[in-house]
Amino acid sequence: MAHQLIDTFATRLRPETKAAVYDGSKKGHEKRTKLLFDNYAKPDDLRKLAGKIKQHVIENLDTYLPATEERLKENGINVHWASTAEAACNHVLEIMRARGAKRVVKAKTMVSEEIELEAFLNKHDIECLETDLGEFIVQLDHDKPSHIVKPIIHKSRREIAELFEKNGLGAYDDEPQVITRRAREFLRKKYLEGDVAITGANFVIAESGRIVLVTNEGNSRFCLAATSCHIAIVGIEKILPRDRDLALLLNLLGRSGTAQELTVYTEFISGAKASTQPDGPQAMHVIFVDNGRTDVLASDCKEILRCIRCGACLNVCPVYRQASGHAYRSVYPGPVGAVLSPLLLGKNFPQKADLPKASSLCGACNEVCPVDIPIPDLLLRLRAKAKQEGVPSPGTPPMGGWAVMASQPAAWKAALVAGKLINFMPTKLLPVPPLRAWEKTRDLPEWRGGAFRSWLKKHNS
Amino acid sequence: MANDRELILKRVKDALDPLPERAALPDYAGDLAVMRKITAGRDLLELFSERIKLVNGSVITSKEQLRDRLIEGKWMHGYCDPALWPALAATLGTGFTVETEFDRTRIDDYSFAITRAAGAVAETGTIILSDASTTYRLAALTPWVHIAVVSKSEILSDLSIAVAALGKDPNVIWCTGSSSTADVEGILIRGVHGPGVQIALVID
Ligand code: SF4
Repeated sequence: MAHQLIDTFATRLRPETKAAVYDGSKKGHEKRTKLLFDNYAKPDDLRKLAGKIKQHVIENLDTYLPATEERLKENGINVHWASTAEAACNHVLEIMRARGAKRVVKAKTMVSEEIELEAFLNKHDIECLETDLGEFIVQLDHDKPSHIVKPIIHKSRREIAELFEKNGLGAYDDEPQVITRRAREFLRKKYLEGDVAITGANFVIAESGRIVLVTNEGNSRFCLAATSCHIAIVGIEKILPRDRDLALLLNLLGRSGTAQELTVYTEFISGAKASTQPDGPQAMHVIFVDNGRTDVLASDCKEILRCIRCGACLNVCPVYRQASGHAYRSVYPGPVGAVLSPLLLGKNFPQKADLPKASSLCGACNEVCPVDIPIPDLLLRLRAKAKQEGVPSPGTPPMGGWAVMASQPAAWKAALVAGKLINFMPTKLLPVPPLRAWEKTRDLPEWRGGAFRSWLKKHNS
Repeated sequence: MANDRELILKRVKDALDPLPERAALPDYAGDLAVMRKITAGRDLLELFSERIKLVNGSVITSKEQLRDRLIEGKWMHGYCDPALWPALAATLGTGFTVETEFDRTRIDDYSFAITRAAGAVAETGTIILSDASTTYRLAALTPWVHIAVVSKSEILSDLSIAVAALGKDPNVIWCTGSSSTADVEGILIRGVHGPGVQIALVID
C-alpha cells in the first residue's frame, strides 16, 4: 500500500515524541470516559442533544449572526466583520493604532493561529505575547502547537528546561513545578505592561450578547484584569442560542477536553468592565471571522462547524497518536483537522486533500465527539470530493519511495544517512513538492534519523 | 473590509438557501445536565464543602480558621475588601499587614487577598465572582491565596441555576479550584498565573 504523507511524518518522529503524544492523548481519553459515565445515566443523549443545538445554529446562521451582532452592540461591544485572515488582522491593527497601543497579551485562541496574527503584528512593530503556558513555550521555541488543547503534548520537560535556559529564564531545571513558577514570574510582569488583550471565544450567546471563555490557568482572566482593551476574535460558527444551553455545553466541554467536570475558570463577558471596577477593559471589540467558514457551510460537510475544539477526537485517534499533530501540517490537526483543514482552504482544497485519506475510519472520533459530529462520514465525503475533482492522489507518487525503503533495511539505512543532508539543503530544493509547501510555513524539524542506531552501535561495542 | 459584513452574510445566505429545511432548535429540560446522583437531597453547604475539596479548594466557616490558615501558610501580608475589613480586623489584627487598597504596581507584595464572592455552586465546588462583588479583579487573581467570602444563602445548587443567575453584570467568572495546568508532560501543577490556593469563607 502506498504511504500517505502523514505516515511519512509519523515514521520520522523521534520515539520520545511519539511516546509523549501517545501517552498524553490516551490518558486524556480514559479520564474523560470515566467522568462522563460516572455522572450521567445516558451520556450519549447529552452529546446528541448538543449536536442538534449546534446544527440548528449553523443552519440558521443567516438569522443568528445579525441577531447576535445586535445584542453585542446593545452591550456596548464594537462588532467587526472579517471575510479573510488578512481582514481580521487588519481590524486588530486598526484598533491598536487608534489607541496608540504597542503590546498585546494573548490568551490561547485557535483562530488567531489560523489567521497568523502574531507574525502580522510583529511586522507592524507590535509585540504579541502568548500567555497560556503551552503556547508561551511554543512561541519561545518558534514551534507550532501540535494539539488544540495541549499545545506542547509533543515536548518533553527536558526540551522545555533547555529552552528556558537558552532564553534566560533560569538555569536548567526540568521539574514541571519549577518550569511553571518561572513562567508565572515572567508573565505576570508582562500582563501588567500589556495594552490590549486578545482572546478567542468558546461560545457567543445570541440571546444575551455574552461571550464565554474557558481556561484552566486563568491567563485570559489576567489579560482581562490587566489591560484596558479587549479584542475577541471569533469564528462565525461559535454562536449558541441561549444562556441556558451553556449548562449543557460547558459540562461537555470540560469533560471532553481535559476530563474535568468544569474548567477552572469560566468567564462570562458582556462588555467592558463595570464603571465601579478599577481593573479591566474600558473598550471591547468582537471580530467575526469567516476565512473559509462560509465555504464549509456551503459544502456537504457543514456538520464540522459544530466543533467546540475540545480535542477529544485527537486523543482517541490511532492515527493522531502515532503521527502527532504536526503531521497534519495545519492549525487544526487530528480527525477534526482532517475534515476542517482542507475545507477551510476553499478553492485550494487539493493542497490538503490527502488528510481525509489518513484515517482508518475506525469511528472512535464520532463516538467521543461532544457535539456528535459524524467525522468518518465526512472523511468519506471528502475523499469522494477529491476523486470527483480529479485531485491526484497525494502521497503516492512522491512517497512511493518510502514504501520501498521501509521494506528494505539496507535502503532505509542509506536513506537515514542521506536524510541528514536535508538539514543543509535550502528549502526550495527539497525534493518532494508537498514537503516544500509545508516547509513554507514551518521550520522542518532537524533530521535526527540514525541517531539511535549509532548510539546502539557505540553501546554494543 | 468595509463591506465584509454584507459579504459574509451574503455567503451565509447563499450557502443556506438551497437547504430544503433547517434543523429546529431542540427543546429540553434546562436541568438535564445536572449531576443528580451528586446533588439530590443534599445540604448545599455540606455538598459545596465536599465538592470544592475535589478541585483542591477548601471551605472555612470562621474568622479564627482563616487566621490559623494564614499563619500556618506564613501568608502575612495581604489585601482585604474595605467593606469586609471591619469584621475581620480584630481577628487579623496583630502580626498581619493588611491593605484595603490594592496597588497594581506591587502585586508581588500581597500573598493573600480577601474579596467578596457573588455566590457559589455546590454541584461543582465553584466560586462565583462578578465585577459588582469583586473590588479589584487583580486582587482576586494575583496573590497566591484567594479567600472568597460567600454568604450561605448565596450557595446555588447546580450549574443550570448558576447560568440562570448570570444577570446583567458585564463580567462574571466561575472559579472552580485553583489556577492549574497540565501542559508539561501532563503533570498537574497548581498556581500558574492565578491563586495556587483557593479558599471559600462561608458566612451566615
Ligand atoms: S470534532 Fe468533536 S471531538 Fe473533535 S475537537 Fe471538535 S468537538 Fe471535539
